[in-house]
Amino acid sequence: MDLRVTEAPASPAEREAVDSVLGPPESGWSGGARTPLDGHVAIGGLSRARDRRRLLLPALHALQDRVGWISSASLGYLCARLDVAPAEVYGVASAYALFRYEPGPPVVVHVCDDVACRAACGGDPTGPIAARFGPAGSALGRVDGRAAVTWQPSPCLGHCEHGSAALVQQAGERGGRATLAPFTADDLGHLVSLLTPERSGAPGAPDGSDGPDPLGGLLDLGSLPVPLALVPQVVAEDLGSAGGPGAPGWTEGPGPRLLRRVGRVDPTSLDAYRAAGGYGPLRRAIELGPTGVIAELKDAKLLGRGGAAFPTGAKWEAVARNPVRPHYFVANADESEPGTFKDRVFLDHDPYALVEALTIAGITTGAEQGFVYVRGEYPLGASRLEHAAGEARAKGFLGSDVMGSGLAFDLEIRRGAGAYIAGEETALFNSIEGRRPEPRNKPPFPVDRGLFDRPTGVNNVETLLAVLEVLRIGGLAYAAVGTPGSTGTRLFCLSGRVTRPGLYEVPMGTTLGALLSMAGGVAGGRPLQAVLLGGAAGTFVGPEDLDLPLSFEGAREAGATLGSGVVVVLDDTVDVAGVLERVARFFRDESCGQCVPCRVGTQRQEEVLGRLVAGRPLESVDAELALLTDLDVVMRDASICGLGQTATSLVTSALRRGLVPGVAGNGVTRDKAAAAGASGDGEREDGT
Amino acid sequence: MTTVAPGAPGAPVTLRRQVELTIDGQAVTVPEGSTILEACRSIGTEVPTLCYLETLTPVNVCRVCVVEVEGSRTLVPACSRPVSGGMEVRTDSERVRTSRRMVLELLASSVDLSTAGGDVDRWIETYGARRERHGPPAPSTERDRARAGEHEPVAVGTAGTVAQAVKRDNDQYVRDYSKCILCYKCVEACGEEAQDTFAIAVAGRGFDARISTEMDVPLPDSACVYCGNCIAVCPTGALMFVTEHDLRARGEWDEGRQQVTRTVCPYCGVGCNLELHVQDDRIVKVTSPLDHDVTRGNLCVKGRFGFEFAEALDGGSR
Repeated sequence: MDLRVTEAPASPAEREAVDSVLGPPESGWSGGARTPLDGHVAIGGLSRARDRRRLLLPALHALQDRVGWISSASLGYLCARLDVAPAEVYGVASAYALFRYEPGPPVVVHVCDDVACRAACGGDPTGPIAARFGPAGSALGRVDGRAAVTWQPSPCLGHCEHGSAALVQQAGERGGRATLAPFTADDLGHLVSLLTPERSGAPGAPDGSDGPDPLGGLLDLGSLPVPLALVPQVVAEDLGSAGGPGAPGWTEGPGPRLLRRVGRVDPTSLDAYRAAGGYGPLRRAIELGPTGVIAELKDAKLLGRGGAAFPTGAKWEAVARNPVRPHYFVANADESEPGTFKDRVFLDHDPYALVEALTIAGITTGAEQGFVYVRGEYPLGASRLEHAAGEARAKGFLGSDVMGSGLAFDLEIRRGAGAYIAGEETALFNSIEGRRPEPRNKPPFPVDRGLFDRPTGVNNVETLLAVLEVLRIGGLAYAAVGTPGSTGTRLFCLSGRVTRPGLYEVPMGTTLGALLSMAGGVAGGRPLQAVLLGGAAGTFVGPEDLDLPLSFEGAREAGATLGSGVVVVLDDTVDVAGVLERVARFFRDESCGQCVPCRVGTQRQEEVLGRLVAGRPLESVDAELALLTDLDVVMRDASICGLGQTATSLVTSALRRGLVPGVAGNGVTRDKAAAAGASGDGEREDGT
Repeated sequence: MTTVAPGAPGAPVTLRRQVELTIDGQAVTVPEGSTILEACRSIGTEVPTLCYLETLTPVNVCRVCVVEVEGSRTLVPACSRPVSGGMEVRTDSERVRTSRRMVLELLASSVDLSTAGGDVDRWIETYGARRERHGPPAPSTERDRARAGEHEPVAVGTAGTVAQAVKRDNDQYVRDYSKCILCYKCVEACGEEAQDTFAIAVAGRGFDARISTEMDVPLPDSACVYCGNCIAVCPTGALMFVTEHDLRARGEWDEGRQQVTRTVCPYCGVGCNLELHVQDDRIVKVTSPLDHDVTRGNLCVKGRFGFEFAEALDGGSR
């Protein structure tokens, strides 16, 4: 390939950003200053270029954080450095929502308007913001004579228990991201005043010099308040005696306790982690060896928590036994399912646990290299995880000799950039490899050909944390908790109109009603309209379903899904049509666009829903329902991945329950078995 | 690689294990590694395809070739799924027909398929796809500016489409992405699978996904070398010779009046075969046979577009 890039030179800031990831250029051939030697020496080769492509996404992040947008010139420089064609890099970058392609205000505030926050505040959370600051994209504040801030709506930011949230994305020398939750119009007003130095005289203003980077150092992101995790931490084996968070029903029982350290142990201290039992499970795993660990996982009957409920022991065994080398292991911390925040709680408050769990996965499956893919909207979690991994590395818990075992394992942390689809495991591989986050065709499955086309294990965070508990208490003791078909405990993300929102850990099989009463029931004692269970790819259940056992088989029998553990409570005041329209919009925005059923189907679903909600059906309501049924069938049956296969699930279930105004229930035909099949193992993350 | 039916003229002598399966109840034996599509074609069962081409690795994105395989939760793409022993395939069940109908309906309601060829029209008819039930088309939007994760819903009652202005920024070919079904073939042909130029890629995502140069720069500013291999693989006429585009615009394009002459490219010693499409004594398009050993359908700019001299020699008056 002859690389053809723009002649325009990248600015010093742009070069600095790219070089911060790739190192300085080696020669004139790769974007450096040309020297006479360049005519005589060639450094390169295809395999070397291929090796470096995995640095594409980190380099794009560096450009976005430093400069605020990706210009033609910076794209050209990046391409010259990586030996990748500009069209390809543009194709990759434009698949993510957090990159921009034209200059704008250095601070962009992404305000969540997704289902959980919508339910919590009873309407569009961005309404008051638009009323006070103007529509999305409005220019706010002034720094150096130009707009300093703008805002825009965002899909779920994973701070659902707070009922509102915003991601602050800043470009410049102190570029980066921070999350604010809860977040109100007053908070945006405060940010704007901080960034209007001529009016408020607030600190943080640039020195006024018109240097090469006038956008540098606007907000001190580190000084913004860190959102608290609301974790009532009700872990109950005997629900009868469990108290609410007012009387924390925490007992050090014999069962698994994923939440054992959250909020109790300093998340920035390895010593504190060890004092709280950390690295006991890894020591145990080293003693047991791979066969022993896999036997424990099988005894535990641990099923993946990503949605597909695939047996973890069998997955690890398949990777471990694969003769092709090297192996990789990936922790999927790209939770982006609206209403989900469990990964965030652990990344923020128990990061060593994930480092330890991934290390166990690596040494058990014969992978020496692991990756953690953290969604781009979790800046605090990513930095705490970096810190944890760094400390673990310095103290011999990662590296060439893990805990003196002679086994090697290390991990790399990757940040997503605003793409729900990157949480699909094969799309996630493509994302790490520097390609468009498009799901791959399965088969081949990741255990045969995954990351870099090598045998790869991939689990979501909750599954990996459960492995720690299996090793801590033993597989059989783990299996004694929960139901025979769904062992152990499960994390549930409670949000919306519930008295005490937060992350709850309960034994599998706990009923929905029991879970809701642990959280104090519907806020203000209002009547329950419905519960959004499982996420945007989940289903609605109603007040009559409070006996529903929250286990894989219980959900399946009811035609529902646990999904990622989302429980959004909707009381009688919540506008379900608005929630549904947001979900339809979500899938329309988050489809990767690869296959026709999902690419056009999500667009059409949004259109039909809009017509039904507006009371303007095209031919008749029946014709519209028939169209929705057809869309449901083709997307479920012919889409490449779980996104398309479940994108109609919530709308279908709402219509069946008569939750859409003007449309009687049971309008969309879909038999229970088919629904269970579609939701049971068609989802993202662990969908092998 | 393409699979040549064993025993066909020119087929390499290879020892491949045979696999038995049934298609619509009929027993079929094909070499191991064949796809379901190849097995179907070996017994004359038609499976519609749009994004598939013999010379390219299947990307299975259009999903019009889906078939039902016993034991599979979802339908599977025939073009890429290899056969396995004892597989039971159904190509004409209600499930299959519904999904194919919907795929065609979704495409027909969002893309201009007017130059996609007779097969597509026939499939739309056969499967009963009704584009009109999605509503009248919404006005075209600036798709090249669409940012991931942001979109304006279309006006209630209208159907979003990929309609946009025709791109004509060079003398060789025209890009009319209103006709693009995003089959990825042009991207594959430009990049890994043939030309190794990577001038175009899929950009954006979801319904806003589109084929684009970097930052949507005009082709002359991109890495394009005008080999035209993208035109050769385009199934819908979104990419077209300027000559064909202009004749169609004037209503003068008539394949019934065209003669196809096979010849060898005169430019260099490689020996690429050319098919000169001639209408009214003028070359209007140049292709190369997909099954030609040397080209596999691909040409370079000289073979594809360097035909004006032939007309200049012919009196130079035209």
